[in-house]
Amino acid sequence: MATAINKVQRALRIGHAAHPEEGRNPGMPLDLGWVRDVRVNTSAVERRAATIGTRRTVKKEWQAAWLLRAITCMDLTTLSGDDTPGTVRRMCAKARQPVRHDLLEDLGVAHLPIRVGAVCVYHTLVATAVEALEGSGIPVAAVSTGFPAGLSPFPQRVAEIHASVEAGAREIDIVVTRAHVLTGNWEALYDEVKAFREACGDAHLKAILATGELGTLRNVGRASLVAMMAGADFIKTSTGKENANATLPVSLVMTRAIREYQERTGHKVGFKPAGGIRAAKQSLEWLLLMKEELGSEWLRPDLFRFGASGLLTDIERQLEHHLTGRYSAAHRHPMA
Amino acid sequence: MTVAEIFETMEYGPAPESSSLALKWIEERGGDGRLFINNEWRAPSTDEYFDTINPASTRPLARIPQAGSEDVDAAVAAARAAQPGWWEIGGHARARYMYAIARQVQKHSRLFAVMESLDNGKPIRESRDIDIPLVARHFYHHAGWAQLLDSEMPDQVAVGVVGQIIPWNFPLLMLAWKIAPALATGNTVVLKPAEFTSLTALLFAEICEDVGLPPGVVNIITGDGRTGELLVQHHDIDKIAFTGSTEVGRIIRVATAGSGKKLSLELGGKSPFVVFDDADLDSVVEGVVDAIWFNQGQVCCAGSRILAHEGIAEKLTAKLRARMETLRVGDPLDKGVDIGAIIAPVQLEKIQELVKQGTEEGATMWQPSWSCPQEGCFFPPTLFTDVAPSSTVAQVEIFGPVVVLMTFRTPAEAVALANNTRYGLAASVWTESVNLALDIAPRIKAGTVWVNSTNLFDAAAGFGGYRESGFGREGGREGLYEYLKPSWERGQTIQESASFAVQPDKAGRREGPPPIDRTAKLYIGGKQARPDSGYSVQVRDARGALVGEAGRGNRKDIRNAVEAAHKAAGWARQTGHNRAQILYYLAENLAARSDEFARRVGNQQEVELAIQRLYTYAAWADKWDGDVHHTPLRNVTIAMPEAMGVVGICCPDAFPLLGFVSLVMPAIAMGNTVVAAPSERFPLAATDFYQVLDTSDVPGGVINIVTGVRDELAETLAAHDDVDAMWYFGSQEGSATVERLSAGNMKRTWVNYGKGRDWADRQQGEGPEFLRHATHVKNIWVPYGE
Repeated sequence: MATAINKVQRALRIGHAAHPEEGRNPGMPLDLGWVRDVRVNTSAVERRAATIGTRRTVKKEWQAAWLLRAITCMDLTTLSGDDTPGTVRRMCAKARQPVRHDLLEDLGVAHLPIRVGAVCVYHTLVATAVEALEGSGIPVAAVSTGFPAGLSPFPQRVAEIHASVEAGAREIDIVVTRAHVLTGNWEALYDEVKAFREACGDAHLKAILATGELGTLRNVGRASLVAMMAGADFIKTSTGKENANATLPVSLVMTRAIREYQERTGHKVGFKPAGGIRAAKQSLEWLLLMKEELGSEWLRPDLFRFGASGLLTDIERQLEHHLTGRYSAAHRHPMA
Repeated sequence: MTVAEIFETMEYGPAPESSSLALKWIEERGGDGRLFINNEWRAPSTDEYFDTINPASTRPLARIPQAGSEDVDAAVAAARAAQPGWWEIGGHARARYMYAIARQVQKHSRLFAVMESLDNGKPIRESRDIDIPLVARHFYHHAGWAQLLDSEMPDQVAVGVVGQIIPWNFPLLMLAWKIAPALATGNTVVLKPAEFTSLTALLFAEICEDVGLPPGVVNIITGDGRTGELLVQHHDIDKIAFTGSTEVGRIIRVATAGSGKKLSLELGGKSPFVVFDDADLDSVVEGVVDAIWFNQGQVCCAGSRILAHEGIAEKLTAKLRARMETLRVGDPLDKGVDIGAIIAPVQLEKIQELVKQGTEEGATMWQPSWSCPQEGCFFPPTLFTDVAPSSTVAQVEIFGPVVVLMTFRTPAEAVALANNTRYGLAASVWTESVNLALDIAPRIKAGTVWVNSTNLFDAAAGFGGYRESGFGREGGREGLYEYLKPSWERGQTIQESASFAVQPDKAGRREGPPPIDRTAKLYIGGKQARPDSGYSVQVRDARGALVGEAGRGNRKDIRNAVEAAHKAAGWARQTGHNRAQILYYLAENLAARSDEFARRVGNQQEVELAIQRLYTYAAWADKWDGDVHHTPLRNVTIAMPEAMGVVGICCPDAFPLLGFVSLVMPAIAMGNTVVAAPSERFPLAATDFYQVLDTSDVPGGVINIVTGVRDELAETLAAHDDVDAMWYFGSQEGSATVERLSAGNMKRTWVNYGKGRDWADRQQGEGPEFLRHATHVKNIWVPYGE
């Protein structure tokens, strides 16, 4: 038992302390032949995605444990125009203590460091968040590069990364120029992401593909691959601002691209679905998808994150239900 | 396991679906099933019961009655008594009953699903998400057909009382496939579920009771093969519908030969799963999961032969092995299980034996590293590579979670390998190229082709086999005809219908030198050929006067004719327009010689009708369209009528010219090639006709004519394993022989049981009935979306 806990703590430390450099995806030269070879059969992908949540399920203790894991993979996020230092500090407090202590005790996990994977804010609030999270080990992620449209001048976008890293962000969620994907200009996409990655330095780069604006799953597959070739540490579905958010079919295409990239290069790239994930049940579906397609290694925060703002509350309610057998209410749980 | 431990390992845990309500249902009935006859629940007359087991534990669930001959008699009598009333209440009333059944199935869907998984061993995910929803869908869809029957099929009537025998792999779904179309079309049924899986059929019978279905419309009798045999042999059954093994299907074909029972058989398969090098391989892998690890591989249309392009085979194999590692075998009632229990110890042993044989023959076997539960009937997913078509595991239907992988180089080779089987039930084709997919799909001999998908089923699409996978379709418009017959057949009697006029005397006495002797030959491969035997048969007119001789064709002539017919297979790939042109040209040339033919057959009217009939089939040649079915999935389901291949046709004596034309022309209009045995008594109209063929651009081999003793020729044709269909219009005995011998390759037959048909009548002598016999429907599912 003690060893098990140690292992858990070790795993979480790795998760929070940004994975070791030697494990980081260094990228590779753009391989256009590989990019053009990408095949995605949309209807087959949809059929597989539709059975992810019907072929597997977790109940009782398993469900509780998986939901706790979901919390640790969560990028607790606020990206609103009316964010203030006050709301961000409140969210950071929630990030440190995402679940009521009595619930953790009753679940028998009070000894485990149950904290969110990261806190994700706009650049302006990075410093506030870094300060609020000091000593927690929780990294701050900044959305960047002209988020969400990514259409501000290129030097400005690069400068934004520098500024956020300077301010203490350890993860940078960049957005790609959708036009490069839509016009098949893979060289431009590659150069862009590669430049962003260089600007990040030691901070980890999450490449938001804005899949809701890429038109086809094949484009999603190709863009995923190019972003990984350019050195992305994570590939991420959405900004949360597109018309279509993260979906299971899109996620399936991206996770398969990650698998293929690992098989060919040996490098592991993380995955982050974002936008519209609000229910505990949804979070389980994504965890199931990760475990099925990529294996349990991708169920840890160094390789998997949810971008979410409302998800945590529902998970807390489910955890309480698991313990009491009574359906819970949102107001019973401290808000972020 | 504690939450903290699971948090670390992130393993799956048990997620059992409760079986308590299903077990309570059994318990409330005292643990014994009853027979459902005439809406009454009866103990079997035999007093015999047998156990039905839960294959996941091999422990008994309930006792099932063994219906004996008294019970079968009672059930058939009840169905017979109920049938006229069930027809007469009309389509709308039948639709209401069927709608109610569909609703009841949905209301009790979980009870059905749990019961099915308990009794059959299939994962609850499948019974819950696939089987039971498809059952409800089948009744809804066919409630609609009941409603529309009068307007859509006005010239058809119910066949009558139908005996239905279903397998254990999809117990309730196969019941629905059988009962729904039968009831919609006004038939009454006696259904026997498989002895391993009777429970959901009994639950279904309760639903029939609940919706107030009139007594006798649905009768459920349980029992083993003996009960099935009693049903098959029963004299008062009008049709047998069977789904099961080719072996049993063959026995049924032989047993019903000559009985006049209509027959539809959905039998075994060894379906190809073709993967081209431009396919989305990750999706292909999931396709294989759905193809062969669905229902433990106990699926007649399971994609059990992966044919992969040589360039990607290695990559695909690696992906498959990785995926197999993550499959989960175990308790069928666990919601997180992919593969449940094999139906019974006997089936498990058969699978084990075949896998052992595969390994012994040198194929490389691969199974995941984890092991199956020790208790119960379980078998791990298994992949064979280094397999050749000659390997046992590549030929035999294993009916288990075992798949073989072979490679090909070109599309043509893929097609050749795909068709290198006696079966022809289904196929999958995986490619991102629509050109390639739509080129390959028609070339694979199978009743269903799934493009970039597999094991998709729906009530709106026909399902059924080519070759030894059986005949007949279930589902869709095409499936309804299995339960209907032309309304004129009701008054049919056993006697040959008459021609217009008696045959003429030999040309009247003449002055001067005698007429020049004519030699009627056989016509094979576009050439006149002397009979191999060197014998002739004398041809006499209706008054007995000698009018000439015809060659006495024998086995070798038939053999040659069949070979010639196969060589002309390109005829099927001609456009309908081209075939129409040739049929019109035939009419033109026959018209030019109509006086000569009128003298031959003794009247002008028959020749005139033959010309009209040529026009009819010239007209149909480019109009016998398929359907695009409304299956509930984003796809185009193309129901395409395809030529059968080589059709043997034995023509009636009545109407020597018109009978020949009426049978041969619809066959060739649809792209078949034909070996025809013309009227035995009056063959000379047909031998005169080959000169018309010669002058009308009919490619050699499309129509072959072998004269002689009809029933001798019929026997050779029926027993020929490279003849794809056989039509016989002769005696009752000859009909029985043809049906019996056709069991060799399960060719589809159309015989008249010695009954007459008025060939001059347009309703009886031409039209869609003929075209349906000349084609079988292939359903091609083409999902789309980018």
